[in-house]
Amino acid sequence: MLGFLLRRLGWFVITSWVVITVSFFLMRKVPGGPFSGERNLTPEIEANINAKYHLDWPTWKQYLHYLGPLNLDERGLFGDRSKPFGGVLTGDLGPSYKMRDFTVNDVIAQSLPISVMLGLVALMWALALGISAGLVSALRPRTGLDLTMRLAATAGIALPNFVIAAFLIILFVFLIPLFPVAGWGTLKHMLLPGFALGAPRAAYIARLTRTGMLEVLSQDYIRTAVAKGLPNRLVLMRHALKGGLLPVVSYLGPMTAWILTGSLVIEKIFRIPGTGSHFVNAALNRDYTLAMGVTILFTVLVYGMNTLVDLAYTFLDPRIKLEES
Amino acid sequence: MNRAWKGPLLRQAVALLLFAGLLAGLVGVAGSARLERADFVFNNTGEVQSLDPATVTGVPEGRILRGIYEGLCVKDPVTVRPLPGSAASWTKSPDGRVFVFDMRDEARWSNGDPVTAHDFEFSFRRFLLPETAAEYSYLLWKVVNAQAFCTGKDADGTEREVDWSEVGIKALDADTLRIELEDPVPYFLELMAFYPLFPVHRASLEAAQREFPDTWNVEWLKPERLVCNGPYVVEERRINDRIRLRKNPMYWDAKNVALDTIDALPIEHWGTSVNMYLTGEVDWLDGSIPPNLVPELLKRQDFIPKPYLGSYFYRVNVTKPPLDDKRIRKALSLVIPRRAIVENVTKAGQAPTWSVVPWKELDPENPPLEGEAAAEEARRLFAEAGYGPGGKPFPVIEVLYNTSETHRDVAEVIADAWQRELGVDMRLKNQEWKVYLDSQTNLEYEVCRAAWIGDWVDPGPLNFLSLFVTGGANNKTGWGNAEYDRLIAEIGLEQDPAKLEQLMLDAEAILLEEYPVLPIYSYVTQNLIKPRFGGLHGNMLNEHFPKFWYWMDDEELAEKLADLPPDLQEVPPGGPSGGKYAPVGRARQIGRN
Repeated sequence: MLGFLLRRLGWFVITSWVVITVSFFLMRKVPGGPFSGERNLTPEIEANINAKYHLDWPTWKQYLHYLGPLNLDERGLFGDRSKPFGGVLTGDLGPSYKMRDFTVNDVIAQSLPISVMLGLVALMWALALGISAGLVSALRPRTGLDLTMRLAATAGIALPNFVIAAFLIILFVFLIPLFPVAGWGTLKHMLLPGFALGAPRAAYIARLTRTGMLEVLSQDYIRTAVAKGLPNRLVLMRHALKGGLLPVVSYLGPMTAWILTGSLVIEKIFRIPGTGSHFVNAALNRDYTLAMGVTILFTVLVYGMNTLVDLAYTFLDPRIKLEES
Repeated sequence: MNRAWKGPLLRQAVALLLFAGLLAGLVGVAGSARLERADFVFNNTGEVQSLDPATVTGVPEGRILRGIYEGLCVKDPVTVRPLPGSAASWTKSPDGRVFVFDMRDEARWSNGDPVTAHDFEFSFRRFLLPETAAEYSYLLWKVVNAQAFCTGKDADGTEREVDWSEVGIKALDADTLRIELEDPVPYFLELMAFYPLFPVHRASLEAAQREFPDTWNVEWLKPERLVCNGPYVVEERRINDRIRLRKNPMYWDAKNVALDTIDALPIEHWGTSVNMYLTGEVDWLDGSIPPNLVPELLKRQDFIPKPYLGSYFYRVNVTKPPLDDKRIRKALSLVIPRRAIVENVTKAGQAPTWSVVPWKELDPENPPLEGEAAAEEARRLFAEAGYGPGGKPFPVIEVLYNTSETHRDVAEVIADAWQRELGVDMRLKNQEWKVYLDSQTNLEYEVCRAAWIGDWVDPGPLNFLSLFVTGGANNKTGWGNAEYDRLIAEIGLEQDPAKLEQLMLDAEAILLEEYPVLPIYSYVTQNLIKPRFGGLHGNMLNEHFPKFWYWMDDEELAEKLADLPPDLQEVPPGGPSGGKYAPVGRARQIGRN
């Protein structure tokens, strides 16, 4: 177990370094910069700004400076009075170029808890709807009920979440005024966006559950359990679910990372101050440091979640050993 | 792995604990994030870059900064002409080069310190310091020695080190600020009400620098530390959620400030923006309205577009043949179906324009050519340049625009007209915003969509004419004309309004002869605002000073609505947010509704 985690850590360092390096240089290659705007700056003012943010340095030097912990800056990022920027290796993601009253660490610290909360609500919707629909389908295969569930699931996968969001808003805000149209702060604000975000995932989970359960239910050990007279409920809960939900668990890792960060559209429609919108806005604004910061965040999340999922396998399926993975 | 770990009891307990934690978290987040609705809520359309006035540019920033700071002047809500702000009065020398501001004695910072001329000297110095890297710093370059102080170079490019004591900005005493210009700037007083030139509080800035030597740059702007001199202070700030402003009791004119709290929400999604307005969660949208809703909104009493000092046009890269021929450019301009564009695409009351100066009144004696007459003239010019039937084949023209449905629709209408009238094939090319800006600056385009919004109203045309001086940072067409440059330089020096007017007409005439840009339409403001809200008018700059804002009572509202068509005159019931109205007589005092 320890060996497994250490190996994972090693790969994590390598993966992150590759991600940071590739995205850093890719971003600098894109035309436009954080300070280009409709009004062109005169060359003198542009020089002042580039000097302040070190955009006048060669890219490799900016890269080394960004990576840290060697500080290449004689005067600190904001004039002589300011702290030398520590670099990513010291956990300092730098100042945001576009939201200049905040550091990237601030931006992530403010938005991540909100995204986590939204993600949890979405996850609950997704699991609750997905697993129950999948179970119903698997237990009554090829019936009208199964067909209805599968149709709903297919529709759920096919419909993008912003379409679902629009339906929800028309229905539950304008026709039946139950929920606020947008914003963040109360449980009421979370339910609609959580559902819109979770529904397509629920559909996917329903299909995974159905397939997984159908396979498990045809296994010998289930027949044995039924044959020895266990009630259906116990067979299902104690024996079938564990194996049947494995595909769902392996899907949970990437899904969680995706839900935490990929909620851009939902965040915009429901005006939720989470992390998702920073992903796209940072790239559009050429806010180099913020874009790097959220990319690193995403890397950590995906990697962390996948590791957790691998650990969870061993709990659910004793046949799987960590050493083999 | 220990068997006990897998025991059902323990696992259930862990699951239960997790679930309980989750619930507690949900409730915690829900409780902490809750704020009562403010007296007035508006969509600020985006997150502000900073609350430091010296370093920002942009409309959302301006909306907030006009609430929390006050420059030497403020602007009249209707005419947007300068009114006394932190300065009670001023004198201007006859040659227009020296301004002496008399500070307002009762003006206070939010911590009670008096607002002095020294504060403004400090703030203007900071604005010009190279390490502040103010994008707008060129606004003060006409001040004696300011450009050399800011960039180390004079206007003619000679390098020169300048000490602050040589710059023409001096606080003679706490009460008197003297500013000396190298050349007169006709709109200088308007600049004194422009947000980059708002003052900052020296003592609190320097205290933050002492207390947080590492992070003062972020710390001094935190709501709990920021000292302002405007009608409002920042009470709360959450990224992408809101900025909450609260009335500043120390503000010198606080008795006339009507609203206690204002929320600025950075809503980016236009559909959400309108939804929030329709459900009453937001009281004012400035733009951020989906264009396809405009015809519906025009039937309402709360959406009344007004002329806006902005111009939509196409830049032409005059370095690319055959566009280097001004006959070709003129022909292309002639057949642009401007009326069809404003009537069928933009729809909000934009006006077709034949000059890059927006809202230019047409000469009734000599109206611009339109329709078939224009097309014939265009074909004649094409033939003269050697194209058209029997002539050389005309190459495909590429039109560049930043990705947006409206820009695409406008381009398609124009493409259709060029194809139909002149046989010119056009290829549309859209680019993401920053890439598009880059292509434009580097002249990597043939024809490209562009727009410009004026910064001052008087003299308004100068906003647009000054763009096209040879080599200007915002020329972006490759075009240049020595006579034109001379006229623009002269406009700056002219003190006589009539002569100034004539100089601008002369300069404009050159643009209209040479067509480095193809004018299309003049902008309108698109404010969707609760009819009951007062003190916010659709003025030419669409610039609004929160100190004038208030809610009307029924009587005043009925009076205001009396001008509208009869079916729009109904007074909506109830005031906003528990019926907060302006101090009695306030509306009359500001006047002009």
